[in-house]
Amino acid sequence: MSETPELNIDRVAELARIALTPAEKAEYSAQLGEVLKHIEQLKQVDVSGVEPSAHAFAVENVWADDVAQAGLTAEAALQNAPAQRDNMIAVPKVVE
Amino acid sequence: MAHSLPFQSLTQVADQLAAGQVSSVELTQAVIDQTQAVEDRVNAFISTDSVDALAQAAAADQRRAVGELLGPLDGVPIALKDVIAVRDQPLTAGSKMLEKFVSPYDATVTTKLKDAGAVLWGRANCDEFAMGSSTENSAFKTTANPYDLSRVPGGSSGGSAAALAAGEAIATLGSDTGGSIRQPAAFCNVVGLKPTYGLISRYGLAAYASSLDQIGSFTRTVEDAAIMLGAIAGHDDRDSTSFKTPIPDYRAALAEKKGPWKLGIPKEYFGEGLDPEVGAAVEKAIAFYREQGCEIKEVSLPHTEYCLSTYYIIATAEASSNLARYDGVRYTHRSADAKTVEDVYFKSRAEGFGAEVKRRIILGTYVLSSGYYDAYYLRAQKVRTLIRQDFLNAYQKVDAVLTPTTPTPAFKIGETADPLAMYLQDIYTVSVNLAGLPGISIPAGFSEAGLPIGLQLIGQPYQEADLLAIANTYDSTHDWNSRLPEL
Repeated sequence: MSETPELNIDRVAELARIALTPAEKAEYSAQLGEVLKHIEQLKQVDVSGVEPSAHAFAVENVWADDVAQAGLTAEAALQNAPAQRDNMIAVPKVVE
Repeated sequence: MAHSLPFQSLTQVADQLAAGQVSSVELTQAVIDQTQAVEDRVNAFISTDSVDALAQAAAADQRRAVGELLGPLDGVPIALKDVIAVRDQPLTAGSKMLEKFVSPYDATVTTKLKDAGAVLWGRANCDEFAMGSSTENSAFKTTANPYDLSRVPGGSSGGSAAALAAGEAIATLGSDTGGSIRQPAAFCNVVGLKPTYGLISRYGLAAYASSLDQIGSFTRTVEDAAIMLGAIAGHDDRDSTSFKTPIPDYRAALAEKKGPWKLGIPKEYFGEGLDPEVGAAVEKAIAFYREQGCEIKEVSLPHTEYCLSTYYIIATAEASSNLARYDGVRYTHRSADAKTVEDVYFKSRAEGFGAEVKRRIILGTYVLSSGYYDAYYLRAQKVRTLIRQDFLNAYQKVDAVLTPTTPTPAFKIGETADPLAMYLQDIYTVSVNLAGLPGISIPAGFSEAGLPIGLQLIGQPYQEADLLAIANTYDSTHDWNSRLPEL
């Protein structure tokens, strides 16, 4: 309970794929440190033998019939992509 | 005394439309005029399209002329929080990331409202990706509380609540992940309903935390909430978490279900931090229910103090996963500086997201990361089980639980800069989402300073008919909603 939680902001920002400025890193580290201190209180709860809930209600897998249905046209599906050509999304080169 | 058209209830305008006393075009124009008169101060909307709204209204009037009225929503202007997709209309989610996004399809609730003939009008401002309790996290504007323009309308659905309170719509939709409908409803003197998880399809709702998100309504009365719920509830194959359950006639249930009810008062919700004026208003409401013959019982929800921590672990974890889709590849914003694929991710997300969204993604990524998952996320999921069990135990003894909606009335814009202090705003509402229950906030009075106060009723899963009837017992015999903001 007593140890202060460590949030390695460089590592977590890397995992989250967000470029943070040094000022943002300092600010978020301090703010989230406070939040983590608050969250530490959960360690007081006896959860032995308690099943975790991913949802409030037991949600079972739902199967759909394997039947083709009308969907978006390629044009509609791509209309919000920032760069595209020939009905494809364009991105910077990823392999040499 | 009858209010002017934009301030009438859905029930009132539906009756006048059906009787031919007013046309949908007249009603819609009155709402547009009111919006133009107050919007420079209230700032409830991110976008509006009056040409489109009036065309929908004219179509409603044509249906009426040939006797093909679609029901009580036909021809009624309804605004949507800007996280709900309307085909060929913008959807920003209050984020720069989606500033130029145009929805290629309708959300299921949008389809249902269109099928009911509603005039879809106005995309309401909100905290970015519904993350916040004040609507100050919108990338575009700060919405003001119509009852005091120096104060927040609440959040994250603050635009939806403020628009209704200011007469800029007859009803509105919002979404509620930890209180985002009920808290702004309390702050703006309107009724806010968050239904049971799974009762309303989330298809077409921009996701924040998928196991907690639920769409719901803002209305002037509980009867209006019953009409709205009947229109938008129901199973949807496109949302595999939507529940297969018969949808009753919620409006008819208000008259059929008379009580008396057993109401539970959880002592944990009346402790430190509760504003005395809010506490007094809630005590008066409890006294009212007792006079109606209801049995008032103290109940205990012993894990209440852990709700906020549990919520902020689960919600941010789910958010970090959901918002991974905004990668600069598919959704409108890509950094102009991006040279490599890594740049596309890192720079686009740095530019597109605001501070609170970044904070929550960082926190959510952390609690899910290797070495911390069991200590935070898994533990929070177990505490969630206990929180839900607390409510189910209480429902062995009572029909519903009665609490304040918020610890205080609306706070000042810019006053709550510290994230943790802002999170504490949700202290009475997050438990309802964690347990998946239906909750409603109804107007219950005003503070000395003239700020609205909300009363929260929490019902049993999928028993919205009971919850609405219990709420209506109070709402139909009080007229707090007749006190309009002075704009």
